[in-house]
Amino acid sequence: MTEPTSQAARPTPTDHSATIKASLKRRYRAETRFRWYGRIAIAFGLAAVLVLFVDIISKGHGAFKTTHIAVPVEYDLAQLGVRDLNDNQQLALADWDALFKSGLRELLPDVSGRSARRELYRMVSNGAGYDLKDRLQANPRLANQREQVWLSADDDIDTYFKGLLDGDPYTARVTEQQIEWIDELRSAGQIRTQWNRNFWTRGDSREPEQAGIWGAVMGSLFTLAITFALSFPIGVSAAIYLEEFAPRNRFTDFIEININNLAAVPSIIFGLLGLAIFINFFGVPRSIPILGGLVLTLMTLPTIIITSRAAIKAVPPSIREAALGMGASKHQVVLHHVLPLAMPGMLTGAIIGMAQALGETAPLLMIGMVAFIVDIPQAFTDPATVLPVQIFLWADSPERAFVEKTSAAIMVLLGFLIIMNTTAVWIRKRLERRW
Amino acid sequence: MAINNDRPIPTQSVGAQFHDNARMSMRDVNIFYGDKQAIFDVSLDIGQNEVMAMIGPSGCGKSTFLRSLNRMNDTIEGCRVVGDIAMDGQDLYDSKLDVVELRARVGMVFQKPNPFPKSIYDNVAYGPKIHGLAESRVDLDEIVESSLRKASLWNEVKDRLHQPGTGLSGGQQQRLCIARAIAVNPEVILMDEPCSALDPIATAKIEELIEELSENFTIAIVTHSMQQAARVSHRTAYFHLGRLIEVNPTEQVFTMPEHELTEGYITGRFG
Amino acid sequence: MQASTLLFIVIALAVFGYFSGYGRSLKVAKPLGSIRHLHSLPSYYGIQTAIWCALPALALLAIWQLFADTLIHSYLMAGLGELITDQADYNLTLNRIINVASGALPATGQSDYVVAAAAQLNSIAAIQKWALTILVLTLCSAGGLWSWRRIAADFRARAAVENVLQKFLLACASLAILTTLGIVMSVLFESIQFFQTVPVSEFVFGTSWSPQTAIRVDQIGSSGSFGAVPLFTGTLLISAIAMVVAVPVGLMSAIYLAEYASPKFRRSAKPLLEILAGVPTVVYGFFAALTVAPLIRDLGASFGLNVAAESALAAGSVMGIMIIPFISSLADDVITAVPQSMRDGSLAMGATKSETIRNVVIPAALPGIVGGILLAASRAIGETMIVVMAAGMAANLTANPLEAVTTVTVQIVTLLTGDQEFDSAKTLAAFALGLMLFIVTLGLNFLALRIVKKYREQYD
Repeated sequence: MTEPTSQAARPTPTDHSATIKASLKRRYRAETRFRWYGRIAIAFGLAAVLVLFVDIISKGHGAFKTTHIAVPVEYDLAQLGVRDLNDNQQLALADWDALFKSGLRELLPDVSGRSARRELYRMVSNGAGYDLKDRLQANPRLANQREQVWLSADDDIDTYFKGLLDGDPYTARVTEQQIEWIDELRSAGQIRTQWNRNFWTRGDSREPEQAGIWGAVMGSLFTLAITFALSFPIGVSAAIYLEEFAPRNRFTDFIEININNLAAVPSIIFGLLGLAIFINFFGVPRSIPILGGLVLTLMTLPTIIITSRAAIKAVPPSIREAALGMGASKHQVVLHHVLPLAMPGMLTGAIIGMAQALGETAPLLMIGMVAFIVDIPQAFTDPATVLPVQIFLWADSPERAFVEKTSAAIMVLLGFLIIMNTTAVWIRKRLERRW
Repeated sequence: MAINNDRPIPTQSVGAQFHDNARMSMRDVNIFYGDKQAIFDVSLDIGQNEVMAMIGPSGCGKSTFLRSLNRMNDTIEGCRVVGDIAMDGQDLYDSKLDVVELRARVGMVFQKPNPFPKSIYDNVAYGPKIHGLAESRVDLDEIVESSLRKASLWNEVKDRLHQPGTGLSGGQQQRLCIARAIAVNPEVILMDEPCSALDPIATAKIEELIEELSENFTIAIVTHSMQQAARVSHRTAYFHLGRLIEVNPTEQVFTMPEHELTEGYITGRFG
Repeated sequence: MQASTLLFIVIALAVFGYFSGYGRSLKVAKPLGSIRHLHSLPSYYGIQTAIWCALPALALLAIWQLFADTLIHSYLMAGLGELITDQADYNLTLNRIINVASGALPATGQSDYVVAAAAQLNSIAAIQKWALTILVLTLCSAGGLWSWRRIAADFRARAAVENVLQKFLLACASLAILTTLGIVMSVLFESIQFFQTVPVSEFVFGTSWSPQTAIRVDQIGSSGSFGAVPLFTGTLLISAIAMVVAVPVGLMSAIYLAEYASPKFRRSAKPLLEILAGVPTVVYGFFAALTVAPLIRDLGASFGLNVAAESALAAGSVMGIMIIPFISSLADDVITAVPQSMRDGSLAMGATKSETIRNVVIPAALPGIVGGILLAASRAIGETMIVVMAAGMAANLTANPLEAVTTVTVQIVTLLTGDQEFDSAKTLAAFALGLMLFIVTLGLNFLALRIVKKYREQYD
């Protein structure tokens, strides 16, 4: 190779080769290092997913089972002071706790002394009396009969017993005596864990063993129904307007800026809006699903509008032109052709928006959906709480047994979210057309 | 067209494939994309300080072939090269060979000007910087200036070296890319249709530049334009459907081609 | 009649209106030959009638529902006149009257004027119910009848229907503006009230925050308990920790997925990472409070460090994990948008892959990445549940990540949950914090969206 003579100051190509060769080792080390940074970052992210799920599942799986104690019960109406099973006042006044108390004494006859007995009675849930009342009311033929009933144990007993089964009992909240009794019951086969029905069928309670998520699930359902009923039609309409009809002017630009910004406004701000406008100005009652639905509608609208617009954009202009060429009006083109073709994409967006709304907590705290509500909501106007808020409430509760409940409720919530997201993916895969 | 029927595409190339003073030599090169073969049994030498033009109809594999000369086809998923490609006797596809080093020796200029989103100065200084070729700032300034001068761009940009390279016109951008390539003082420069995105005036400037550069560098250029091949190159290789049909001194290719396919192409019967 | 029953009747009448409009258009068409002689399809005449039947009536119903109670209440309270002076007293008395009227409170034992007002309220309520029913039904039938009579062969029913539809679509789109307006008004008005008792300068520059002590209204100004600086620094500290976790991890995983990973790995790893974005924040809060915080505390203890139970580090790092997918997917978008020719140019110079990424790809994608990071920062600042559950309540002015700090969002939640008198300085302070939060996040979003948009235009 001929070297340009004018460039005498510059090194020759062979010199370059040497320089480059010398630098290669260092540069390849940097390359390997860089690659490893990437691998470590991804491993960190994936590990976070794994740890999160394993942590929740390991904490929560126990809540689906609960400890029950077999107690002999005699429904002695005379002792209860009940003459007529249909008289609610008599039923309300009766001492139902006496039923299981005598049963427990029968079960462990050696227990004597007031404090020891009180400890014994504390082994079963203090809702057990009401459970027995409900049982008798549902089946009046049990009156004056004897039977063995599996009563749910108190949450501390439950925690201890389940820990015992796993070989790692938590003893801080049970007494020595109770541990002895549990051993006795265990060898007699009078204590066991069984499917936790309360968790699936009840509302909130201060007693962990009585608390369930059904109230919150219904609340979430009502709230989401309102959210969907409002946000989907409004969001789709807005998207249609912006994509198909809006003139290019400042007003339209302003709408778009607003939508984009609202999509990134912190959710808690929507809670403030709900509190100031809906509750204080319009006088909507607190804590009801309608109110929650209104707030969540405003929050999810930007998501739905943005995804719906993308779906409309994906419909090729040739279809619009074909329909316009047939003499259809612009509205007919949109309603008859564009909308059906864009529907799968819009539905996908709506489901993703609903999943967001289902997991949202902060704005609902502002509008009173954080109240302690035992009754299961039956209508859109009943005070209610929702799943994530229920999780928040339980996470805040001091009882150790609520940790398990909280994790289990999280599993239920994540289950719903997984179902919704897979449905969205499925719709997109099956129904969406590729042009 | 009767040609294909009368005479099937030859497995042997015709003309002066080989060169006494070869800078790069390719022997029986086959290139595959997955299961599809793009280049069949190409043997060719590129001589020292020679400008080798590669012409042929679209899809004939000339760009693929060019990219294999500095292993830029490594970046394409599933691309495989069989055969020998050597530079100064060293096999380019030897597992011990370093692509980084190779690419510093064999530079490349692309179809569309692709200046980095950096200043003009940083674009040119990029190569020397990553390879550690400049000892000092003064050194680097000197390399940048001489590269820009060699690319005949210095006078146009010397007052705005620190403005973004993307702000230049298309022809200037391409010359910037050439300056960038020669800043590391490569031995061979590959040009993949360097003028296809430029207007005639800018094209003329680049062609002029290629001629000047051939004094110092060995150049292989793929081009769409037969006139360009005729104007700038010493030898011309004609590719057809992945095969090298004919290689001969440029003048000969364009006046009395040895092969009917070549003749058909340059007389505009197909292509 | 109940509002819901009324609504039902109006809808039923609208359906009836549709069919009678449809029928009339057919009747009009009959003497002309066929429906081809009508301007529009019969269904448009039906819809036209139904719209006129339902729309005005529903509008009246909605407006009535929204404002009737407020008007009646203020009328009642005006009647009480000088008996009520204080704002708090006003609300209390009004509630008492409403409860007495509905029978929730026994009338015995209440002051005479309350009982009288309750009786008045009941009679007004009865009258207004009847008035509403009559008005709505009249409007409904009048509207329906009017548009029914307008049906003629040359009546442009389709244009009329499309006109209404168009307005409806516009109204839906404008809801975004209304929402923004609603947000601004709700935080602004309460904030102005707040700043009448606490000066802005004290709120923004004061370093002591203890809203609990500010019970006596006349002492707020001098006690200086509404200085929000500790909240701002706390928010910044936790957000900064989150960004320290999320930016390198998110960015590097985006780079690896976009530049190095095989398509197969990318297809499975990307959705797995994005699971992190779909997990509700309350779950992260639980994770932070029950798993990460004790872990960090124990870890600190083993090094002899005293770590607070609700350390900023725990909340911040979990928030960082939450933000990883935001950064990585935004960065992935912008990195893949960098044209391949740039990479080729650099690789052809003999640059290694990482040199190409660091020197060419990242600088080219930088505006987009910065935009993504700003959006993520705004998300971190506005994040609520993680900090409510895992950060502290006490307003400490510290930069030590091992100590407990509180944030703007935590204070908004604590000030506004539970039963509070609405107009106290304490609740108003929450709105002032909300205003700050809104301004900051709005600014960040606006900036980020502009940067990203500019970047997109560059390569489109």
